[in-house]
Amino acid sequence: MSTKTPYNEMLTADGLIREHYRAHSEWLKSQPSDFLQQKQREANALYTRLGITFAVYGDESGTERSIPFDIVPRIIRPAAWKIISDGACQRVRALNAFLKDIYNDQEIVKAGIMPEAQFTGNPAYRPEMKGVQLPGDVYVHIAGVDIVKTDEGQFYVLEDNLRTPSGVSYVLENRKMMMRLFPDLFGRMPVAPVDHFTDDLLENLRAMAPSKSSQPTVVLMTPGAFNSAYFEHAFLAQQMGVELVEGQDMFVADDVVYLHTTEGPQRVDVIYRRIDDDYLDPLAFRPDSTLGVPGLFSAYRAGNVNLANAIGTGVADDKSTYLYVPQMIEYYLNEKPIIANVPTYRLSDPEDLAYTLAHLAELVVKEVHGSGGYGMLVGPTSTKEQIAAFRKIIELNPKNYIAQPTLALSTCPTFIDSDIVPRHVDLRPYVLAGREVTLIPGGLTRVALREGSLVVNSSQGGGTKDTWVLEDLSC
Amino acid sequence: MLSRQANNLYWMSRQIERAENTTRLLDITYRMSLLPYRVDNTEQAWTDPWSLPLIINGLASEYYESNPGPITSDKVLNFMVMDSANPSSIYSLIRAARENGRSMRGLLTTEMYEDLNAMWLELRSRSNTALSHGGINDFFEWVKTQSHQFRGVTVGTMLRDEAFQFIRLGTFMERADNTVRLLDVKYHTLLPSAEEVGGAVDYYQWSALLRSVSALSAYRRIYRDVITPKRVAELLLLHEDMPRSLHACMNDIYEILGKLCKRESMEPERLAGELHAQLHYGRVDQIMEEGLHEYLMEFLEKLHTLNVELNQQFLAPVFNPDSKIAQGAHQTQSATQKQSA
Repeated sequence: MSTKTPYNEMLTADGLIREHYRAHSEWLKSQPSDFLQQKQREANALYTRLGITFAVYGDESGTERSIPFDIVPRIIRPAAWKIISDGACQRVRALNAFLKDIYNDQEIVKAGIMPEAQFTGNPAYRPEMKGVQLPGDVYVHIAGVDIVKTDEGQFYVLEDNLRTPSGVSYVLENRKMMMRLFPDLFGRMPVAPVDHFTDDLLENLRAMAPSKSSQPTVVLMTPGAFNSAYFEHAFLAQQMGVELVEGQDMFVADDVVYLHTTEGPQRVDVIYRRIDDDYLDPLAFRPDSTLGVPGLFSAYRAGNVNLANAIGTGVADDKSTYLYVPQMIEYYLNEKPIIANVPTYRLSDPEDLAYTLAHLAELVVKEVHGSGGYGMLVGPTSTKEQIAAFRKIIELNPKNYIAQPTLALSTCPTFIDSDIVPRHVDLRPYVLAGREVTLIPGGLTRVALREGSLVVNSSQGGGTKDTWVLEDLSC
Repeated sequence: MLSRQANNLYWMSRQIERAENTTRLLDITYRMSLLPYRVDNTEQAWTDPWSLPLIINGLASEYYESNPGPITSDKVLNFMVMDSANPSSIYSLIRAARENGRSMRGLLTTEMYEDLNAMWLELRSRSNTALSHGGINDFFEWVKTQSHQFRGVTVGTMLRDEAFQFIRLGTFMERADNTVRLLDVKYHTLLPSAEEVGGAVDYYQWSALLRSVSALSAYRRIYRDVITPKRVAELLLLHEDMPRSLHACMNDIYEILGKLCKRESMEPERLAGELHAQLHYGRVDQIMEEGLHEYLMEFLEKLHTLNVELNQQFLAPVFNPDSKIAQGAHQTQSATQKQSA
């Protein structure tokens, strides 16, 4: 466990306010004492009324609740943003090249960088995708890259989310909320806007339409109202002005996908799907799925419809493939990684396993295929009993786990009870890949609301903050 | 719009209209049950007026499954009003309408959704007192008022778009169906003896029927004469100024389908036109000669066919691999064929 004090994004070690937080701090000082409390109450009430909720799996009692929102923004300097932005885009370019490679020529295997079994043995690998040609060779159209900061200029990528990453609706809703609560602050600080995200997304999806149609039909496919992210699906569809559809709204004829509409069948060109590979098409994947569209995969293979993200992208975002991403960047892009991986031990390796078992109290252990903060051990914050219990679980199937040193995540000022106190944060910027790879200046800052906690997942007591990327510091 | 969306809206308004009509039917049953006649022959259970709502809605077997023993007013009222296990009870209908509306909230106006939601919430809070003595008339009035109000909010606030047309279509399809069924009530109510035809009981039954569709005073104003079956049939079938008459319903249905059927020679519009013409140029003498019951049953069959066509064309189309994808599918048909060739 690091004994060093975690990096504080607002205060220097001497307790001075860093330059990019100064305008906010001075403004705050001029407000009445109970000002923040009042605003926090207002924010909570608004979120409840607007019904901005997520569902918690495995929680029988309250299956739907609002995600806690913190009203102190996370402020990011232009220089730091450049590293995050370039680093995240670089990764997505490399990961797209990797996916194109493994589903076609597999040059990375021939070059001796990665064994074939690394992806063919992965449950998310889709042999059906071999040789399928995709518009623009883009597999991942929307990626969420989880990034943490540990020191001045020092960032790490925690993981890549390449399947159906969620959370971007909070980025947009949080900004709307902040503008509503603190309009005068936006006049004082050059905060880069984020609301063009949905326009960019729609433009990208349209550009990835398979046919030369000037007016391609884009739809957003949801598993339905009971999905935990349904609010986001409805929100994004409405913001883009596209239909929110379910599997039953579509059918396939002669390898072309159509919508059932009141004016007859309407051809679909691009499906932004928020439903897992397994459920997309009962004829190609899980036969018991009633959420999908029979024949969809065949239409996709025939090049008559495009899916965002592509089928089989999950092979590139699990925690064992993650280890190869720096090599992918060098191999496919001939560049140095801008943001490093967190040093990682593979427990399939006997040496790494022995080291990990001897240092469990200092490490974070995660399931290779897990997600969302489930099935993990955070050594430094766990009791001896918890560690002993987890050790037994690891020993049953070591290759199912990786371990990483506990990173001292940076902290940001956060409003708890009636004080502003430091809490650990991470960042998920959303990268869009189409004709080019871009991202909006901002992202989802997740904050661990409990003192000392490093777990930022919303399912585990984490909250969110608005993320302000400053356009310049001249003000 | 998506067929699923149209389907949910169509059923939302059908369910509200059906709740109102079920109320009207129970109301007329209640009034008839107060009339001074008894049939002692218990083997003919259907001669009990309380069997009427079950027979007319085709719910007799469902009712007997959960309610063994002789028919009583309490049991039938409970089954038709508050039984949440009966999908045709007023409770279930309003619940389903609200669910349909909620899933399509983005297509309704705020006022519509709030009205619908409030209706459901009040129904739940009324559930204990709805069936108590003296409360039933009050409850019937409440359901009718709610239905009027929701229709009013719809017409008063909604954009005249496709969604609006499907909502209205649901209302009139359900109402047409109901008017036919209601008029057939008299066929099922046997009088104690043949001499009673045209007698006091017969008169009260016809007037109760008219009252249940808010048509009694209209009848008096139009005919200024005694109530006869032939005139009642004429009023409720052929009189287009009578808002719940079959003719009035078909006027609306035909007009709406004219707006919705954008492609040429679409079957729903043709069928509705045929039904409309049959009423527009129909004569009551001929209907009575054929037999009113037979005429009504035939009409019900045709309404059913029209509903099947509405499903196929708009609401729940099933793709038939033998049929060509119609012109409505935009663009690149030829490109597709090239690729698959």
